[in-house]
Amino acid sequence: MALVEIRDVYKSFQRDTQKIDVFTGLTLDIEAGSFTALMGPSGSGKSTLLNLIAGLDKPTRGSVTVGGAQVSAMSPGQLAAWRASNIGFVFQSFNLLPVLTAYQNVELPLLLTRLSGKERIERVKLALDVVGLADRADHYPRQLSGGQEQRTAIARAIVADPTVMLLDEPTGQLDAKSSQEVLALLQRLNNEFKKTIIIVTHDAHAAERSKTTLHLEKGDLIEKPRAMAGAAR
Amino acid sequence: MKYLQLVVANLGRHKLRTVLTVASVALALFLFASLRSVTTTMAAAAQFGGARRLVTLNATGLVFPLPLAYGNRIKALPGVTGLSWANWFGGRYGDGKNFFANFAVDAESYLALYPEIVMPADQKQAFVQDRTGAIIGDRLISQFGWKLGQNVTLQGTIFPGDWTFKVDGVYHPTDPAIGDNVLIFHHDYFDERIGRAGIAGWYIVEIDDPSRAPAIAKTIDDLFRNSSSPTKTGTEREFQASFATMWGNVSFLMSTIGLAVVFAILLVTANAMMMSARERTGEIAVLKTVGFSDKLLFTLVMVEAGAMALTGAAIGLGGATLLYPAIHFNGAGFLPGFKVATSTLIFGALVALGLMLASGLVPALRAARLPVVQALRKVE
Repeated sequence: MALVEIRDVYKSFQRDTQKIDVFTGLTLDIEAGSFTALMGPSGSGKSTLLNLIAGLDKPTRGSVTVGGAQVSAMSPGQLAAWRASNIGFVFQSFNLLPVLTAYQNVELPLLLTRLSGKERIERVKLALDVVGLADRADHYPRQLSGGQEQRTAIARAIVADPTVMLLDEPTGQLDAKSSQEVLALLQRLNNEFKKTIIIVTHDAHAAERSKTTLHLEKGDLIEKPRAMAGAAR
Repeated sequence: MKYLQLVVANLGRHKLRTVLTVASVALALFLFASLRSVTTTMAAAAQFGGARRLVTLNATGLVFPLPLAYGNRIKALPGVTGLSWANWFGGRYGDGKNFFANFAVDAESYLALYPEIVMPADQKQAFVQDRTGAIIGDRLISQFGWKLGQNVTLQGTIFPGDWTFKVDGVYHPTDPAIGDNVLIFHHDYFDERIGRAGIAGWYIVEIDDPSRAPAIAKTIDDLFRNSSSPTKTGTEREFQASFATMWGNVSFLMSTIGLAVVFAILLVTANAMMMSARERTGEIAVLKTVGFSDKLLFTLVMVEAGAMALTGAAIGLGGATLLYPAIHFNGAGFLPGFKVATSTLIFGALVALGLMLASGLVPALRAARLPVVQALRKVE
């Protein structure tokens, strides 16, 4: 059984009077422990797919199942709780809270758990250590470089040990050197810590680091990955 | 508690804005407490008065005197157990900026009718025996740094000239409504100086049974109904209340201004909260992505609004409660016993709570209902 199962998903948006169909029956499986790159032109539905997997958006029809939980059928309250322990999300523009230190930003997902203060401290330190920012714990985002900010965001995404990491163009705002550092870190998380990673990217280097690359165009998968068990329309 | 750092961090985001918002809430509630305290103090003063004391005035008005000869006739009435009289003097001390009440009384009988005026027996004795002596409230003594035995000179306004009194006694009132900032001197001396003996400003009549007060008051007024100076008698409480009703419209005005100030500040606070929440639309979307529920975000925004409203309320209400006793404020003598009543503190706390709800509700609901995907699209 695949970790992420997308079954016959339809998704459409209403823009003014116009109905825009993003997916018309998309079916896709992503295995546990995989490193999948989602590529495709703007408007092809990459970010929408990521949002559906994260439970941030609901399909118009069809089902999205992650780790056996049918995300598409959950209530907003259930989704929030589920996301807290199952999803690690990384944004293109880092989206760290500017009023919190790197440590406090990384600790955010743990505030939603029942971990004790001591356990939270250990987890945050470990996450910052993994991304190589243990010595920047007390720095505010404005005191960090772009690469460091993104690594902090990755630490925030892994600190609760989620089922799957979702990254929406994580290197989009980074210089080449920082991009390579972030991609190397993701590869390490996948290889060493067996994290399931799904990354939306336009960056060919990022795709090269992945084990599986999926190409989306106008909501359709135009290339079947080796790891894919299902079929795309 | 673990979310406290998030609330504190958000409040510290724009320190100046937070400080100014808290300060405006504090100022609003300080003004509210102050203005309401004027009305509650006046209402409390209207409640003052021994149940066994009546006051007889000239029916035409307080400024018109009564013949001193009325005293013996009133005293002879059944049910009357004591009598004294007094006259408003209206003297000024120094440049007159620090006004205080001063009046002439028939010393021995007056002090007998007012056990609330407490002072050492020897001082009381000295005052009774000294025609040019005066007794003065302890707060007035400390305000001007006067000493026992020294002379104090007032400038007469209604009765011109310099009036010098020797400080024979310092009293402390057991009832704040009596006032601890009054100068009381001898009616005999007053008569002698103005050269018009035989008049009284008002009579204080002690009766044996409070339940007979209306009947005795009527008997007194009937006694002088056809004289050149008809009287108007009522309980001391009614006498005080008549002063309070003269302020009736002022009370209403003060209450209205107080509420208007709070409402104006409410708009300022609500605007600051909404601005703060609007600026954080992206961050709220990120927190939702991390797993913060709508309910939790609603609570956090409300706690922020509450922290500002309640801190401001604590400063404003606490400040008013501590400040007035510290500076011995008494509204230039017109508001003896001025203080912020417990009911005002409770009312103020409720106003702060309302302020929190009104200013926090809209941004909190907006945060809770924020559609994540659209918000993230704007951020990204």
